[in-house]
Formats: sequence, structure tokens, C-alpha cells
Amino acid sequence: MHDVNASRSANAFVPLTASAVLVNAVGLHARPSVKLTQCAKGFTAKIEFALAPDGPWTDAKSPVKVMRVKAPQGATLHFRVAGPDGKAALAAVLALVHDGFGEA
Amino acid sequence: MSNPNSGNVGVVIVSHSSKIAEGAADMVRQMVGNAVPLAWTGGDTDGGLGTNVAGILEAIEAAWSPAGVAILVDLGGAETNSEMAVEMLAEDRRARVVVCNAPVVEGAVIAATESSGGSSLAAVKRSAEEFYA
Repeated sequence: MHDVNASRSANAFVPLTASAVLVNAVGLHARPSVKLTQCAKGFTAKIEFALAPDGPWTDAKSPVKVMRVKAPQGATLHFRVAGPDGKAALAAVLALVHDGFGEA
Repeated sequence: MSNPNSGNVGVVIVSHSSKIAEGAADMVRQMVGNAVPLAWTGGDTDGGLGTNVAGILEAIEAAWSPAGVAILVDLGGAETNSEMAVEMLAEDRRARVVVCNAPVVEGAVIAATESSGGSSLAAVKRSAEEFYA
């Protein structure tokens, strides 16, 4: 029941999109993947990303799926976010990528 | 080793080798942080390679959370001894402990990542098992 309500409310929001370039040396490897999913899980919004503006989309809250993308340094991450806290969620994931996940 | 002030699902690492178990726990702590109750056990009671039920029970106790505990195991005996340890738990706890069908190191990191976001025991298990999906 909870999930049904969550998806219904997410559907009611127009998806917000933005992109950011992976600047950290190793790209979206294990540690940044964990950081991205932890960050995404802090929001109720549906958060997805892709290496191209038209997808295929990956659930940013799934650590296994995020790691499977194996996005390298220099890749552009396109985010698509929908939900009541979508604006804050998008700002948070973009900040994380811009910041190189706190790595060099 | 554990973090008692957390309502997140606990993670227990069971390997035949205490070095592997400890190393996997180090990876979880470094990559995921301290928001997840975590414990590890490895080796038989003589300090050799193997697993033992008493050690697994201690680890479950150390990583206990009201949200439950997910156990990651390596080979054969680690799994059967973990299942035996779960059988020996009090009835009200038994249903809240699961052995995941996932690789021990990767599964532990993924399970802890999922748990750190406040996910349920079922979601933690499902996420760890995605490695074999």
C-alpha cells in the first residue's frame, strides 16, 4: 500500500532533469556508487540517472544497479528526478558529483 | 564492532577465514560508514579455517537490531552453521534473521549500503542477492 501511494505521488510530479560530469579519477566505482545510493535514499523522490539524455535509466537508490553502469571519469550523468522533494534531491546528487564524491 | 544506537538492519559476516571476515567488515566500515550494526566471525574454535555456531551466535548478538540481521556467508559450512545458529535463536528473533544468497564481500557492502538508507530486512536481502540475479 505504501509503495502504491509513493509511486502515485511521484507520478504527480513533473520530472526534473539536469546533468553533471564525473570529475573524480576513478569514475563511478564502488565507493562513489555507495555514496550516490546513500544520498539518493535520503529522499522520497524517484531518482534515476543515465549516461545519455534519453536513457536507459538506472535507479540511483540501487547500489548494485549503480555499480553495474561502470561510468568512467569524464562521463556525463544525466539525472531524472520526480517527487515532492525532487528539487532538493536533484541539488544533492549534483553537488555530490560536482564534488567528485569527496575524492580527488 | 557493533553500533547499538541504530535501528538499521544489522549485518553479520561469516567466513571460514577470520582475515576475510575482518577484511570484509573493514570494507563495509570504510565504504558505508557506521550507521549499520556490523559484526564478523571466522575460523573454527581452534583458530583454524572453518566456522563455528557459537561464534556466529555471538556475532548475531553483537549486530542485533530490532529491524533484523542479514548474514553473509562464504562456503558450505559457513551457510549450514549460520542456519544452525538461526535455528538456535529465541523464537521471536528467528524470523528476523536471514542468510543471504550473495557473495560474502560484495554482499556485505551492498547489504550495509541498503541498510544505511533505512531499508527493511527483506529489501536488504533482495539488494544483496541482486549480485546473482
